[in-house]
Amino acid sequence: MITNADFLALEGEAGDYTAKLNIRPRYIDADACTACGLCTQYCPKHHSDSYNEGLSITRPIHIDYAQAVPATYYIDPSSCMFLQHDTCQICVPVCQSHAINFSQKPEARDLKIGAVILSPGFGKIAESTLEKFSYGKHPDVVTAYEYERMTTASGPFLGEIKCFSDGRHPKSMAFIQCVGSRDLGCDNGYCSSVCCMYAIKEALVTKEHDPEVDITIYYMDIRTQGKDFDAARERAENIGIKFVRAKVADVTPWDNHLKLTYSTLDGQHKFDAHDMVVLSVGLESPKDAQKIADITKIDLNKYDFCKTGTFTPLETSKKGIVVAGAFQGPKDIPESATQASGAAALAAVTLKKQRGKGTVLKEYPEELSVTDEDEVRIGVFVCHCGINISSVVDCPDVANEAGGMENVAYYTENLYSCSQDAQEQIKQTIIDKKLNRVVIAACSPRTHEPLFQETLKDAGLNRNLFEMVNIRDQCSWVHANEPEEATQKSKDLVRMAVHKAAHIQPLPEQTVPVTPKALVLGAGVAGMTAALSLADQGFPSIIVEKGDKVGGQMLNLKNTLNGESIAAHLKSLTTKVEKANNIEVMLNSELVETAGFVGNFSSVIATGKTKKKKETTYDHGVVVVATGGHEYRPKMYELGKSKKVCTQQELETKLEGRAKNRAPNSIVMIQCAGSRGDDLGYCSKVCCNHAMKNVLKIKEINPDSQVIVLYRDIRTYGFAEDAYLEARKKGVIFIPYEVDRKPVVSSKGTKVQVDFFDSIMQEDVSMTPDLVALSVGLVPNSTDELSKLLKLPVTANKFFLEAHVKLRPIEMAVEGVYVCGLAHGPKPIDETIVQAQAAAAKAAMPLVNGKVKVDPIVSTVDQEDCIGCGICTSLCPYGAITMVKIEKKRKAFTIAASCKACGICAAHCPTFAISMGGFTNEQLISQIEAFGNKKEKVEA
Amino acid sequence: MGKAMIHREGAVMILGGGIAGIQAALDMTDLGYYVYLVEKSPAVGGVMAQLDKTFPTNDCSL
Repeated sequence: MITNADFLALEGEAGDYTAKLNIRPRYIDADACTACGLCTQYCPKHHSDSYNEGLSITRPIHIDYAQAVPATYYIDPSSCMFLQHDTCQICVPVCQSHAINFSQKPEARDLKIGAVILSPGFGKIAESTLEKFSYGKHPDVVTAYEYERMTTASGPFLGEIKCFSDGRHPKSMAFIQCVGSRDLGCDNGYCSSVCCMYAIKEALVTKEHDPEVDITIYYMDIRTQGKDFDAARERAENIGIKFVRAKVADVTPWDNHLKLTYSTLDGQHKFDAHDMVVLSVGLESPKDAQKIADITKIDLNKYDFCKTGTFTPLETSKKGIVVAGAFQGPKDIPESATQASGAAALAAVTLKKQRGKGTVLKEYPEELSVTDEDEVRIGVFVCHCGINISSVVDCPDVANEAGGMENVAYYTENLYSCSQDAQEQIKQTIIDKKLNRVVIAACSPRTHEPLFQETLKDAGLNRNLFEMVNIRDQCSWVHANEPEEATQKSKDLVRMAVHKAAHIQPLPEQTVPVTPKALVLGAGVAGMTAALSLADQGFPSIIVEKGDKVGGQMLNLKNTLNGESIAAHLKSLTTKVEKANNIEVMLNSELVETAGFVGNFSSVIATGKTKKKKETTYDHGVVVVATGGHEYRPKMYELGKSKKVCTQQELETKLEGRAKNRAPNSIVMIQCAGSRGDDLGYCSKVCCNHAMKNVLKIKEINPDSQVIVLYRDIRTYGFAEDAYLEARKKGVIFIPYEVDRKPVVSSKGTKVQVDFFDSIMQEDVSMTPDLVALSVGLVPNSTDELSKLLKLPVTANKFFLEAHVKLRPIEMAVEGVYVCGLAHGPKPIDETIVQAQAAAAKAAMPLVNGKVKVDPIVSTVDQEDCIGCGICTSLCPYGAITMVKIEKKRKAFTIAASCKACGICAAHCPTFAISMGGFTNEQLISQIEAFGNKKEKVEA
Repeated sequence: MGKAMIHREGAVMILGGGIAGIQAALDMTDLGYYVYLVEKSPAVGGVMAQLDKTFPTNDCSL
């Protein structure tokens, strides 16, 4: 990791690049700095805190935030008195570890690299664009970034929302959308794709702070097109956040309020006063985009983002240089993370020959043996989480109480237990105080348990000698208004954990070898792209396809919105798959059985159109699920009844044909037909773009055609916004409809009639167009059987559910299984390709290593107590328990690698012969008894 | 990520240490390559480190 570095030059070619860097001095020796913070306290100079968006003051010598990596302070030369004026140096003697070193000089460094991944992020909208909203003129107009810092508990105002003008709590707030996006005034014609989501999030957070505050979001279209994002918008509406479809012209100070002037759809000008205005600023291309482009010789698009193609979404115009994140186009966190994985797969292909040659393995100290005979020495660490926990729970009190408990050899508090210096301190304490059990009372083990377990390993302790107590979610959050009870509950939970910890035992780490092959389900663009990427990385796969040809949903589409031929891409993809000597495609085939676990799956594939099928067994290490989806045909708007009503997909085929009247004079399109609340509860993400594509084609064929698009929100996010603008320029009429006032389509003979309320002219309209095109949604191909076969969870809408929406968007809950394409959720082709490449990166990981680690928390059967009844075997949902014969008696036996530690077997065993590692009866009973102990005390 | 040496085979440079850069770095490491994560500011994390909670689940973003 090289921080504080400028990228100066790049020489060479793919596979053999040299990058030249200039590393600016930190003026602090990173190895010596303990991040104690004493220097910041003594530094006399003020410095605007850019981490807090300039809302607070720090010192030139500082660290941005406690969890910063690397956890080393640095001196900002722009305001340091010594570096600017050659005076001061107060910090030098203050530092106890002599880490401050003003003699550091910039260092030039050359890196020999094979490939480059560009992920410079995004820039900020120029302040001149914000001026018309009185930003910079009135203190109560803030950007969403500033507001984010204001609402944060660890921010400069400790999460208290106040007006800057007079310190009052705002009672009425406005969010203005599309500031610096979809705005030709600042040359940003594109949609930033994330602002609607963050505005809703910030509005919801505000309501959590103060349920009484009145919030209005002024928007043009609400673009919550992501998977299950519409639900959050509905949640916001349900708790009283107002959404007003209007374009805000300006914001002017008015008394001690702010006056918004806006125009609504029906052409009216209105005014409204608010206490505070938040500007939902968009994402700009990174400030140094042009510089990066000059150095790397890559092409940029007209908005200065990295130029990529629909079928090569992560490839720059230069070989060996790939792109990920917002530099490729404005996008949110999960898509950035997905692109990052996809970019990793592409870079891995470039570097394939050198795999594993340059890596270093982390070494841990030898594990200390901890047995029953050893004295139990528990260390308790209580985390303040800044003020996230400590503002409600009395942390010192909890720690002191823990100090008095049996077996507790050491107790303390941390401001942030997860910060790097706290980790170091915990590690040292374990060694110094000879601790052999660790209890940490902090946040959720879901996010932080692995981190703390790593610390235990660093200190030479088995990682299972650890108990985590969640006093944030379970105490400070849910009991935010009852601090005393929250503190008492924290004490109870800590006591229970301490009692349990006394009984925990080290569990052995196990590894199993891997079959380096993949099984890909589905031969659409997602499946074929994933298999090709795996093949390029050197791993063979079998693609199992239900249908009799490859291509999937791509077969139904002609061109992309940018005019690239889908058929041509499909052809080149198919040819590559056919030519690859390590990909086998099995058509008319289905997965009928799978057993095993990550690294060691064994599947049965049935092939054949008739009832008599040929069965093949295939051993593989990973599964990529790319089973795809298809157009949904709702039984509404006369679809299927009138010949004049078709779907966008059908219209696209028609427009590609040669029929004379394929683009008739009068066409009505209805968006969200059957979606967002009708048959399908969600937004399908692609239909608005699909409509734009067809509209532009119609206008190309027949410029005189009158096209009316009836919509709820036009969701041409990202650069597709350009197409929306072009459609309007070409005279296409867009009229929004409300969900309680949907258009009505009726047919009589060959005529079709559309009745709708024109919200712009404020009148009812009835017309008989030549054609009605419905933008229908996408549904996944059946996921029922596969979800049962592979034990994969699905969402309410029958799409496969990823392991974590933000942080693990490709992986499934079952290890070794990855999902991509329409099977995961509706998405356009470029996003599908990115996901497929990302899935290939994730799937390659266990294959590269050649072995996988098995979670040590598994069930074990005590052969003495087992009576061989077989109840556990019949109940195990993962097929992880088999019956074996031991000395002529039937006994249960756990296949550790298949076990998911659900505990069903242990709960049902009539003789208590099964116990769960880390959750034995002894441990749980002592934990429960510890809870009861308090009651006795209280009663006494 | 270990100590840097003058020359390493199978190395990749990742420019920018935000969520995309960090994720790419982790994945490249897991795929068996050496990573130089180059960041212009003093700490990695990018904009995500400034966010309090994330949409739509309101999970902590740090």
